[in-house]
Amino acid sequence: MSEASARKDTADQAEFRRYCRDWLLSNKPGEPPVRLPQTPLEIMTTEQLNYLQAWQKSAYDAGLIGCDYPVAVGGGGRHNCQRVANEEMLAARTPFLPNVIGLGMAAPTVFYHAREEVKAELLPRLFSGEDIWCQGFSEPGAGSDLASVQTFAEPRGDKWIINGHKVWTSLAHFAEWMIILLRTDKSHKYDGLSYFVVPIRAALGKGVTVRPLIKITGETGFNEVIFDNLEVDDRYRLDELGKGWQVAMTTLLHERGAGELQGPRSGGMKNRSSHNITTAAVIDLAKQTPRAAGTAADDALLRDKLMRQLIREEGLKQNQRRSRVPALLDHPMRLPLQNKLLASEIAQSISSLAVEVEGMASSLYTGDSNAPAGGQWPLSYMNSYGMTIAAGTSEVQRNILGERVLGLPKSK
Amino acid sequence: MKQPNNYGFGEEAALLKESARKFFREHFTTDRLHALVAADPNPARAPQCQWERDLWSQLVDLGWTMLAVPEEAGGVGMPVAAVAGLVEEVGRAAFPCPLLGTLNATYALVACGEPGAAALADIAAGEAATLALADRSASWDPTATEVEYRDGGLHGTAWFVQDARKCDKFLVCASTAAGYGLFWVAAGAAGVTLEADSIVDLTRDQAHVRFDGAQGIEVSTNALAVLHTAMPAIWTLLAADMVGAGEWQLQTTVEYAATRKQFDHPLGFFQAIKHPLVEVMVQIDEAKSLVYNAACACDTEPQKAAQFAHMAKASASDMAAYASSRSVQSHGGIGFTWECYVHLYFKRQKHSQVLWGDGPWHRARLADIVIGNAA
Repeated sequence: MSEASARKDTADQAEFRRYCRDWLLSNKPGEPPVRLPQTPLEIMTTEQLNYLQAWQKSAYDAGLIGCDYPVAVGGGGRHNCQRVANEEMLAARTPFLPNVIGLGMAAPTVFYHAREEVKAELLPRLFSGEDIWCQGFSEPGAGSDLASVQTFAEPRGDKWIINGHKVWTSLAHFAEWMIILLRTDKSHKYDGLSYFVVPIRAALGKGVTVRPLIKITGETGFNEVIFDNLEVDDRYRLDELGKGWQVAMTTLLHERGAGELQGPRSGGMKNRSSHNITTAAVIDLAKQTPRAAGTAADDALLRDKLMRQLIREEGLKQNQRRSRVPALLDHPMRLPLQNKLLASEIAQSISSLAVEVEGMASSLYTGDSNAPAGGQWPLSYMNSYGMTIAAGTSEVQRNILGERVLGLPKSK
Repeated sequence: MKQPNNYGFGEEAALLKESARKFFREHFTTDRLHALVAADPNPARAPQCQWERDLWSQLVDLGWTMLAVPEEAGGVGMPVAAVAGLVEEVGRAAFPCPLLGTLNATYALVACGEPGAAALADIAAGEAATLALADRSASWDPTATEVEYRDGGLHGTAWFVQDARKCDKFLVCASTAAGYGLFWVAAGAAGVTLEADSIVDLTRDQAHVRFDGAQGIEVSTNALAVLHTAMPAIWTLLAADMVGAGEWQLQTTVEYAATRKQFDHPLGFFQAIKHPLVEVMVQIDEAKSLVYNAACACDTEPQKAAQFAHMAKASASDMAAYASSRSVQSHGGIGFTWECYVHLYFKRQKHSQVLWGDGPWHRARLADIVIGNAA
């Protein structure tokens, strides 16, 4: 992957790529001292966080994070170089970055919509990972119908007083800052929304309560966050009053991988607990799993299913490649808007197939020493529902594709 | 990976695709297709072979049948990726013509090397050709051919020969004393009898071709090696045709779903219609991306061509089945009638779905490559 795109590098990108490669060679962190979760969204302990934050800080200090943002806001001032850094970090199999919501969603939103001095105040510590960020969108009464959020901001002088209840807030237990969609006018559904960034850690116990929620996997990582008269300065409002929905679209577009600014990505490090959710991994698993006289990899039905999976996975990879060949595109958003839907559903079906390959042994979970692959496949399978539900369920994604790409009438 | 990022789909390829699209939009609307091929709905009608020879001649004059013929053989020598773009547009128009067969024969003849040169010159001169290699059960295994070369002539029957009545030449796979050979045979030669099949697809014709001592030029004495080299491009181009046809099915059905109202809303308002149509789009995009990847492999990474072409055809076959099913179902009652055009593409896609191997056939072969043979 990185070899293929290296050939298309501009002179600047090529030089930057060499720099990244050299730096990673001597600075890639060693084996973590603790067992890491499968993704940043399940970070549970400060030991895990400390290790990952140290990695993000060193990668930022070296210039591998925020490369395409202006220097004035803590970025690298480069052009189209985050992709290069990402490819090199993934190729080097680095650990993942802990401030995933900050980098992927908060940073572009703040960059496009915050006041200049707020960008300069917040973005450097976001990029370095010293400030972890979380996202306050969903509420108990506002899931897929996001625009019906009720958490309310009431003006008082040049401050706002926030009251309400956010849920499914990943990383809130470590977060300094939250991007938040708030209601500032009860008489208009969409135009009554405004967008803020709020410092939550500083207000813990004084206006903000963070309570962990436990996932179906038994892991924590996401939370509910309750606001009780939290006071926020008006300068932390992004864009104009009543423009919250438009600002939220910037966040969601980047969350779904379809935004203008490519977020930093790192990962692939092999360690005791992380594993790759790929068809190749399931094929290896099948070859090691006894079935009848041979292995699961000899079973005609499973072979067909494995190949179906491999084809879908290659198809997504080729979609991403084709999305950069304008002559082979009909509609500019047609492939980008499929990304999140496909990536989450393919990951789910890969894990589901792995569980099927394991057969009865898939009943053994991560705490069982006899579990194949350390029980990671049943864990990934359960975890995969987080991805098909979060950031707009697959059903909402299909509505968006049907309406924005196919031009079908809006469903309620 | 050695492939260029843009699949080698450059400016020339984009121009070719665009001009093909324009050509069919101007000269061959779906109204015209329906009037041409669907005049007689009677299932007991004699086998049909309706096509526009004049338009075909224009297409030949534009050089489109010789795009894959190398320059040294008098052709244009375009990459498979560019040819796939043209074929996608042919599929979108469901244009009845022997282009695919001619391209298939071209790739096989190119793989024959020097002995194929004279036959390639025929194609460069504007002749149409098609492959004749399937056995009665269409195993797509050339060693199962029922044609034999003995006593100085070809004997036996080749089945499921595509667009046979539109072609000047057949490229026939026959068993020989030395193994398997490929023979370049004139359609009108003595000892060649076409028996037209009565088929579901109205946009193609098909025949089984009987050989009784027919003469031909032996263009290869090793048909298996030649076909092994040529098949990835053949699978890929059929998949490209299916992608184009699938896009027609999608756009036509979306248009209907956006206008037809029931319960005070256009059909597409309801998620029971909207979501399946999105799924059709997703499947088309997967197949399309895999087609250009496979085409590019044929051009630049031949050791991966079979693997990627199996993916493309398997994906296109599953897509074609689903897109066809949703195109008729989402049209409701009108979609079940002969007068509604969706059946033309439904039938073409069902034909393409099984032609040159269906989804399970390609996945089984892909598994042999990726996993290794089953114990």
